[in-house]
Amino acid sequence: MSALVEIRDLWIEGRSDEVWSPIINGASLTLNKGEVLGLIGESGAGKSTLGLAAMGFTRDGVRISKGSVMFDGIDLIAASAAKKRDLLGKRIAYVAQSAAASFNPAHKLIDQHTEGPVQHGVMSRAESMKDGIELYRRLRLPNPDQIGFRYPHQVSGGQLQRAMTAMAMSCRPDLIIFDEPTTALDVTTQIEVLASIRDIVEQFDTAAIYITHDLAVVAQMADRIKVLLKGDEVEEADTRTMLAHPKEEYTKSLWAVRAFERPQKPAVHTSATPVVSVQNVSAAYGKIPVLHNVSFDIHEGRTVAVVGESGSGKSTTARCITGLLPPTHGVIEFDGKALPANYKSRSKDQLRQAQMIYQMADTALNPRTTIGDIIGRPVQFYMGLTGKQKRRRVEELLDEIELPAAQYIDRLPSELSGGQKQRIGIARALAAEPKFIICDEVTSALDQLVAEGILKLLARLQDDLKLSYMFITHDLATVKAIADEVVVMKDGEVVEQGPKQDMFVPPHHPYTDLLLSSVPEMDPDWLTNLLNERGVDNIGDAAVDKMS
Amino acid sequence: MSTLPTLALILLGIAAGGWVLRFAGQKATGNAPTFRDMPFAVAFGYVLGASLVVFSVWYFFQPTITDAGVPNAGVVFFRWAVQFFLLSAVAAYLFRALGRMIGTRGSKKLFRQMPLTASFGLLIVILYALTAIFAAWLAPYGQEAVFAKVNVLPGGNPATGGDPLHPLGTDQIGRDLLSRLIYGAQNTVGIAFITTCLAFFLGGTLGFLAATLQGWLDQILSRAVDVLMAIPSLIFALLLMTIASAWAGSERWLLTVYMILIIAVIDSTRVFRLARAVGLNIVVMDYIEAAKLRGEGLGYLIFKEILPNATAPLLAEFGLRFCFVFLTIASLSFLGVGIQPPLADWGTMVRDSAQFINFAAFSPLTAALPLLAAGAIALLTVGVNFVVDWMLHRSSGLKE
Amino acid sequence: MNSVIRIILQRLALGLLTLFVVSIVIFTAVNLLPGDFAQAILGQGATPDAVEAIRRDLGLDQPPITRYFQWLGAALQGDLGNSFAQANFASFVGADSGVRTTVAQQIAPRFENTMFLAAVTAAIAVPVSLVLGILAALFRNSVFDRATNITTLTSISSPEFFLAYVLILFLAVLNPMLPSLSNIFEGMSFGERLERTLLPALTLTLVVTAHMMRMTRAAIINLLASPYIEMARLKGMSPMRVIVKHALPNALAPIINVIALNLAYLITGVVVVEVVFVYPGIGQLFVDSVKIRDIPVVQACCLIFAAAYILLNLLADILSILSNPRLRHPK
Repeated sequence: MSALVEIRDLWIEGRSDEVWSPIINGASLTLNKGEVLGLIGESGAGKSTLGLAAMGFTRDGVRISKGSVMFDGIDLIAASAAKKRDLLGKRIAYVAQSAAASFNPAHKLIDQHTEGPVQHGVMSRAESMKDGIELYRRLRLPNPDQIGFRYPHQVSGGQLQRAMTAMAMSCRPDLIIFDEPTTALDVTTQIEVLASIRDIVEQFDTAAIYITHDLAVVAQMADRIKVLLKGDEVEEADTRTMLAHPKEEYTKSLWAVRAFERPQKPAVHTSATPVVSVQNVSAAYGKIPVLHNVSFDIHEGRTVAVVGESGSGKSTTARCITGLLPPTHGVIEFDGKALPANYKSRSKDQLRQAQMIYQMADTALNPRTTIGDIIGRPVQFYMGLTGKQKRRRVEELLDEIELPAAQYIDRLPSELSGGQKQRIGIARALAAEPKFIICDEVTSALDQLVAEGILKLLARLQDDLKLSYMFITHDLATVKAIADEVVVMKDGEVVEQGPKQDMFVPPHHPYTDLLLSSVPEMDPDWLTNLLNERGVDNIGDAAVDKMS
Repeated sequence: MSTLPTLALILLGIAAGGWVLRFAGQKATGNAPTFRDMPFAVAFGYVLGASLVVFSVWYFFQPTITDAGVPNAGVVFFRWAVQFFLLSAVAAYLFRALGRMIGTRGSKKLFRQMPLTASFGLLIVILYALTAIFAAWLAPYGQEAVFAKVNVLPGGNPATGGDPLHPLGTDQIGRDLLSRLIYGAQNTVGIAFITTCLAFFLGGTLGFLAATLQGWLDQILSRAVDVLMAIPSLIFALLLMTIASAWAGSERWLLTVYMILIIAVIDSTRVFRLARAVGLNIVVMDYIEAAKLRGEGLGYLIFKEILPNATAPLLAEFGLRFCFVFLTIASLSFLGVGIQPPLADWGTMVRDSAQFINFAAFSPLTAALPLLAAGAIALLTVGVNFVVDWMLHRSSGLKE
Repeated sequence: MNSVIRIILQRLALGLLTLFVVSIVIFTAVNLLPGDFAQAILGQGATPDAVEAIRRDLGLDQPPITRYFQWLGAALQGDLGNSFAQANFASFVGADSGVRTTVAQQIAPRFENTMFLAAVTAAIAVPVSLVLGILAALFRNSVFDRATNITTLTSISSPEFFLAYVLILFLAVLNPMLPSLSNIFEGMSFGERLERTLLPALTLTLVVTAHMMRMTRAAIINLLASPYIEMARLKGMSPMRVIVKHALPNALAPIINVIALNLAYLITGVVVVEVVFVYPGIGQLFVDSVKIRDIPVVQACCLIFAAAYILLNLLADILSILSNPRLRHPK
């Protein structure tokens, strides 16, 4: 049987700063009809570039320098632009990462759906419209008869992602490239999109390349997995073999990340004064209430993880604690004393005691300030150190976060990697010598290996300095790794809270249960089992809707 | 009128040429992608461009004097234009090569990435700045010096009514035009520069304050700016100049001061908008939040956190604003209500010599006079715009 | 649809309010003149009786607020007052000949001329700049794109009078195809009028086209980086279809804005061009009045220019709201 896609020794270069630098170094892959290949790697591994190259497409500023791409016997590199246009959309389709950005805001969904079939002469508009509605139904979109007549901004993210899959299917292609289709979605939404994508690919026996950075996701979707690292192939094997017996060190390290977990600390003494105590806090943006009666305590040397999906109010809680958003009701106590609601009325020492580490290290560090000055400023501001003393303290802090001081102190943030920037953010917080640090999704923008390093560093600092953390996250693996206590939030309310070991053992609140069960696991049968167990109507948004 | 059919015929010929080019290209290269995927419009464009080049070269080498002994003014002007263009290109190329050889590592890298247009612009800006600063040394006479010979024609050739002592001739009251042109750099450019700085100081300060403090200050300032911007700037400037001229009375230098203030205020509204927008973009960054939560004061926030990150867009805006102010002042002077005599100024020079353009057919040199002054204005704004365009292109390229 | 209507009504109200405030600003500015109009008209040597006569005639003996509303009320009815320059000075010292030129009489024909000039320019500039802009976006970074970039940048940067004189040099003096002075009077045939308007119109076209073309190109190129354009290309759509069907509908708002802005510029920025070509439009009248301090005319012209400017911006605002599907089809 001849392969559908055959890539041989493909080299791809990208242009930056007027020079061409390699993105893909001699990749090869073979994809048979009806087969799903998972492409996995961290950011910068070149997985999207390779995926697009399989369509014979390169983005602006990217070129194929060597190698061949054959699709069903057609040489895509030598093919004329017109010939390629004829294949794209008709025989090879693409599902993009952000459906919200990839649907044209000016046209209705169904018009975008029918464009491909009509322009390629596969179906008439009426036929394609009927077919589209049928596809929407199969992908379990609510209101399949009407949803196509809406504009993209009127449809939610998870639904758009399924509508985009339907659009990719509109010409019944032989091959679909899925480029991180669920990365931007919440876990409970992700699971139903995964289920419907898998279903429809199986139904039409379409071959697919599934690109993702999430191992557990790819385990559900792919027959075979290929691991990429900085444009180089690491290894390739069928899914079960790859999960059970990874050969290369890099692959093994990826697998091992999931195993990091801190032991549960013993319960706090009931009479101990918490470092931070959030008491019956309600808050609103203008007139729209966003928090309702939120209460929890954070004790010395402990980590409280605040978990929830986007819009659950976890970051708003942090803004209330820092005083950026004065609550409409309730108080925040620090060491047993109430803090002024607005940060402007807090004393310098009160400000010093509570520090914050941000999600996006890029926007958290002033790009025009050197590392030495970024960390040095709080040292000077709070401790009054200047000159040599200040520099010595900055060097100590850099030591603390495991960056060689001499090498980094005079650099600008843009000269650092993502993980290093996040470490600088930590050092800046430490420079104030606080008791309490808010960590707002500090690892979610980082690759898994780097994120693990940050978590380990935070854990060590906590033990050394008796720090208390409020850890905001949507990722349950992170919760497992670092939390002592867990607060689960939904729609601005706390639905459940307690010690970590209790949270991961039933019975839970139904929402916690849904949240926990929606996190993909490394077991290739996980999704199948889950669907068998709960049924398609009890996962994802449908289940969330049932609850409220 | 037979021009239209002729033009149509030429375009048709070029269209045919485009088709032939593509077809021949495909045959000759064995269907290489360049020719295979070439749209017809592109082939048409190539042939059109080539035809224009051929025509230009042919026209360039036409005699400058017709058989009847009359100067062929069209060819003369065309030659000047082409020679100026080629000279500029060579100068820009040499300047860039020089910049690549000397200077610090950073400046060398800058010159390596620089397109020819930007290096041309930079060269122009430097030359103008030098002329403005050293005008008193460069100019043969003072700007107010009056000579006995009035209306001397340019060219410096006594046979054609010129005078070697006055290469560009003299004006109707006998002032040396070359000197006035050089002093014009000092006056026009200098005044525009001062005005822009003033506008930036005013608009920038208020804009950043509005962005940082927000609340009622921002509301009041923004609404006020909205109203001021609803009146077209040149019209508003003319209205205020009417009033200012009544205030200034016979004190002409005072009117120039008023003009600086009026244009600075009108222009500061645009600077305010930009500074506020840039400021607002920076204020939402987490590092500003971190600084606020640290307890930093307003001064630190503006000068240490916001300003360093706003320099690139502000610098580009400074270039654009300068051009705008410069053109406004030149226009006002051209209309007779801008920079006042006896100060030499390009806008006024254009107005005073405008009628010479009608002598173009007999004496191209005389007709060039108003164009020289107007061109001096245009050249600087073109230069600044080239540099700004490159800066904006660079900063947008860095974002990706 | 309700929310769109609400937003549009808000914008309309805001536009009217701005116009109102602008009229106050213009009125106040003129009242900053030292002394008063009467003094300004007659000069220092006037007899007190004469000054008093004018004061009464112009209502200057009343408080500024009353005067403002009288002026505004009259302006709304099309009465913009009497021109100083054209007024028979004798009338103020008793010997009224009965001949007065109102500002409205003076402005009306010139306003029509300016509108004609602006219309001719827009008719050439808008289609040319849209086509050039789309072509430049389609063939971006090609020789064509770079050449147009340099040309348009040069023409934007040049003062209008430079472009005007270059055009006069080549199209009127060296190759006498068009008249260099726009001598326009009533009762002219349309063709003749068009011919005499063509040179100023071409000058304005050069400035405005460059601007609109660059903005059109930028608006489209800005969009070409968006994921939905990549999606359209990955669906196998032709480059022309990608631009026309996928990019253009989303680029409408900025393009409408830039067209409106440039039309506003045409009506207001014609001043210099009208002076160069001695074109009998409102801009030239304005400059002449500024020079002789004919306050009522200056005030009236200013108000007309500002009104045109505000209305066009308002129109652009409303059109771009209507072109936005997010606002047209709320959730």
